[in-house]
Amino acid sequence: MDSATSETHTASETRTPLGASADNGLKIVVVGGFGAGKTTMVRSVSEIRPLNTEETMTQAGEDVDDTRGVRGKTATTVAFDFGRITLDAHNVLYLFGAPGQERFWFLWDRLFSGTLGAVVLVDTRRIDDSWYAIDRLEKHGTPFIVACNDFGGPAFPPEQVREALDLDPHVPLVGCDARSRESSKLVLITLVEHIQALYADPARAPRQELV
Amino acid sequence: MSRPGRDDAPDRLYTLTQGRSSSGPDNPFDLVTLVVAECDPVPGMQSEHAAILRLTERPTAVVEIAAELKLPVSITRILLSDLLAAGRVSARHPRRAAVPDPDILEQVLVGLRNL
Ligand SMILES: Nc1nc2c(ncn2[C@@H]2O[C@H](COP(=O)(O)OP(=O)(O)OP(=O)(O)O)[C@@H](O)[C@H]2O)c(=O)[nH]1
Ligand SMILES: [Mg+2]
Repeated sequence: MDSATSETHTASETRTPLGASADNGLKIVVVGGFGAGKTTMVRSVSEIRPLNTEETMTQAGEDVDDTRGVRGKTATTVAFDFGRITLDAHNVLYLFGAPGQERFWFLWDRLFSGTLGAVVLVDTRRIDDSWYAIDRLEKHGTPFIVACNDFGGPAFPPEQVREALDLDPHVPLVGCDARSRESSKLVLITLVEHIQALYADPARAPRQELV
Repeated sequence: MSRPGRDDAPDRLYTLTQGRSSSGPDNPFDLVTLVVAECDPVPGMQSEHAAILRLTERPTAVVEIAAELKLPVSITRILLSDLLAAGRVSARHPRRAAVPDPDILEQVLVGLRNL
């Protein structure tokens, strides 16, 4: 990631522009605790080297549902990275690696607006790092799945992870290796299938368990 | 890791946007709105505006413009509003609906499976 952003000239010269007919940007957010593998996953599936940018909040009361985190006009700045996947001639999917920390809640609101759904990356050695992310997603009603990143530690049985996360039974739980393009791709496919199932019949909670 | 805008003195950002510090909720640009230049840069144009016009010869998302210009997204949105108001760029906003269009979801799945 360092090289992706420190060599701006190179990055600009080798920019891969979108096709002229691209007209629909879509968003998926990858969230999770520090070092859970968010940037790695974005990099694995992105057609561009992950880029980094930041959002600044400079004013209080800017369409937020909770202003406790904003004191007066203090500027708060949050960096996030993103990658891109061209899906077809019209649709382009942007994948955001979003900081999962509590003090960034306002950025989440912004990123989640209009987001198709989210992947919660969990490092099973630090499961409680993901509680906050799951909380926010449930509050937002943002569809999400949980992906346990394999860091080579002891494998926890899925039921145990579900219990530790207090996960709704219909939320898919998958294992993954964020360093693998194929594995990360499968995570995204699982998420979109889950979203499809949710919207196809909101009354029926999808039963499928994927681990 | 480079933090776009971080090295810039706040007054430079202030100048860039003529003092407007927030893009506000009525700013139409989403992070993934695709922006397309409608004209070439002209001499004397604010350099950031010219840079945006060069970047957007092909459709380019707001976040990509921000990352390339190393400017915060909020500042980029303001610059884009100016260009849009002047008719120098057009904006292809994401199709938003209360629930995602099933056809779009299917297209996303097909696209992902074909990766
Ligand atoms: N073994 C293993 N290592 C991984 C995996 N995913 C990421 N890593 C490594 O874990 C470290 C952290 O990954 P990042 O992708 O930077 O994590 P992040 O969530 O973006 O971290 P922050 O942005 O700092 O919160 C890196 O050294 C990765 O190479 C994985 O699936 N398996
Ligand atoms: Mg990261």
